[in-house]
Amino acid sequence: MMKSYTVIRVALLLAAGVLVSACEKPPITTEQHGFRGTAMVKVSNPRIVAEQAGIHAVPAALPAAPQEGQKASEVYQNVKVLGDVSVAEFTRIMVAMTQWVAPEQGCGYCHNLQNLADDSLYTKVVARRMIQMTQTINSDYKTHVADTGVTCYTCHRGMPVPANVWFAPEPQKHATRMVGSKGGQNTPAESVAYASLPYDPFTPYLSKANTIAVNAKTALPNVRVGSIQATEDTYALMMHMSDGLGVNCTYCHNTRAFSSWETSTPQRVTAWHGIRMSRELNNAYMDPLTQTFPVHRLGALGDVAKVNCATCHQGAYKPLYGASMLKDYMALSAAGAMAAIPAAAAPEAPASEAPVEPAAEMPAEAAKP
Amino acid sequence: MSMLSFERKYRVRGGTLIGGDLFDFWVGPFYVGFFGVTTMFFSLVGTLLIVWSASQGPTWNLWQINVAPPDLSYGLGMAPLMEGGLWQLITVCAIGAFVSWALREVEICRKLGIGYHVPVAFGFAILAYVTLVVFRPILMGAWGHGFPYGIMSHLDWVSNTGYQYLHFHYNPAHMLAVSFFFATTLALSLHGALILSSTNPAKGEVVKTPDHENTFFRDAIGYSIGTLGVHRLGLFLALSAVFWSAVCIIISGPFWTRGWPEWWSWWLNLPVWR
Repeated sequence: MMKSYTVIRVALLLAAGVLVSACEKPPITTEQHGFRGTAMVKVSNPRIVAEQAGIHAVPAALPAAPQEGQKASEVYQNVKVLGDVSVAEFTRIMVAMTQWVAPEQGCGYCHNLQNLADDSLYTKVVARRMIQMTQTINSDYKTHVADTGVTCYTCHRGMPVPANVWFAPEPQKHATRMVGSKGGQNTPAESVAYASLPYDPFTPYLSKANTIAVNAKTALPNVRVGSIQATEDTYALMMHMSDGLGVNCTYCHNTRAFSSWETSTPQRVTAWHGIRMSRELNNAYMDPLTQTFPVHRLGALGDVAKVNCATCHQGAYKPLYGASMLKDYMALSAAGAMAAIPAAAAPEAPASEAPVEPAAEMPAEAAKP
Repeated sequence: MSMLSFERKYRVRGGTLIGGDLFDFWVGPFYVGFFGVTTMFFSLVGTLLIVWSASQGPTWNLWQINVAPPDLSYGLGMAPLMEGGLWQLITVCAIGAFVSWALREVEICRKLGIGYHVPVAFGFAILAYVTLVVFRPILMGAWGHGFPYGIMSHLDWVSNTGYQYLHFHYNPAHMLAVSFFFATTLALSLHGALILSSTNPAKGEVVKTPDHENTFFRDAIGYSIGTLGVHRLGLFLALSAVFWSAVCIIISGPFWTRGWPEWWSWWLNLPVWR
């Protein structure tokens, strides 16, 4: 009898040890986002936030360059974007980009150092398109990025390939067998914050334009809105958004009625535009670059790296906690600079794959900044 | 005053915890005692405060009346009455009433010379409530983390609090609590059904004894826990459900700030298969 008690005691102690070591401890920080008592609260651990401070630190801006003098396009050859800025500013942006994207590799990561105008390196072609993408974000998507804007650093953070990108997942092997098919879910994947939800919520919503709204609008679900599969996909996307922004569901929603714009926070409007922005970036900018990238930069299915919320946010509710790097590099916002190169045509998605979001889904506040 | 024939001899003096003989009497069937008086006081004041709060709110609709706790900005301090202060006073009254009732149960136990199982069991319910509105708010640094007093509003609070951790069904203590709630319901229904079946025999047959009850479960599942044991089991299951409920909410926030699914990464990272 004594022996079995000892075994139980040891087992309980071990179990308690595992549970305690798997947890965090107070004090914690909280931030209220709704009326008092609604529990719409952002909960975070200041120790974890401090650990991640390095990722969200803003590098110092390079000293300002004179905006006068000859234009870059008058001095250099083959300048298709940023040709309208001064040579000094152009050079400054090139130096900044090197620090942001290829600090270890240097200029030679994109340029043929014998002939800087040469387009033979794929990285240069991609970089040019990415500058156009950045300019589009900063001029056409102020509904999402406001005047804070984005720069190359928002995603790249000193790395040639941003840390958070997504590819279409490799199909499960032997999935057609009678048992064992996981149906693209039930795998504790980081993309859905380790839940059992479908682990590729990106293809349906950030590449295709499946309908995200699955909630019934009445107390009793008299009208069929979304299938169980569509609902799981939606929740999977929402898990990614929460995790990617380091927030929880109540940052945007009062969960008593997820669909109600009236009881949602203003952040939900920003997020609504962010979903559409990510989708356009993937379809108009990333996807057409598929052939430009070498095979080792592509995913298992040969698709290009694509963006999701975490690509820019990297776990912060605002990238770099809302610090604007764009204000020191305003050339990355010039809308007109796009005209310099014919944009690769966005592939027309077949109508069946891309149902147009009904106008009723648009938030009323969407027009406001 | 109606009283069962054998009840009079149990109405004995003494056993009070406080107040001596002062409130040691009965009103109709009810024992009063010092804690009966404090129960009355706290419940009356608390209820009136709720009515006052409702009168200052936008609705008399019973479903929608909402007495909300203060904004988080008040931290662990006092808030103005109409901005959560009433919630704080009502919380004090509620705890006062619940604890008074438990202590009144203790006094009755002492009079009867029985164990304290009933007040202990009720104590678990009080513990769960105090965990929600006192312990967890203190650990999280603001009274505003307590739940609002309102039929619909407290449900909204539950929903949002669950979604603060993305998917609450992954909370290990919530899993245990839910399992115990199901188990206690199943056990009670099995026990209740067994008692009713043995006391409602077929026409012309006599009421059956525990021997029949034991035999039924030995035949059905190979084991009968017995007439006393089933009540020990029931108490264990019910108290475990309440206990793990309290644990599942106190760890959400103070001891875990991320999504609950992520908590299970300790399992994914076990050295055996990592």
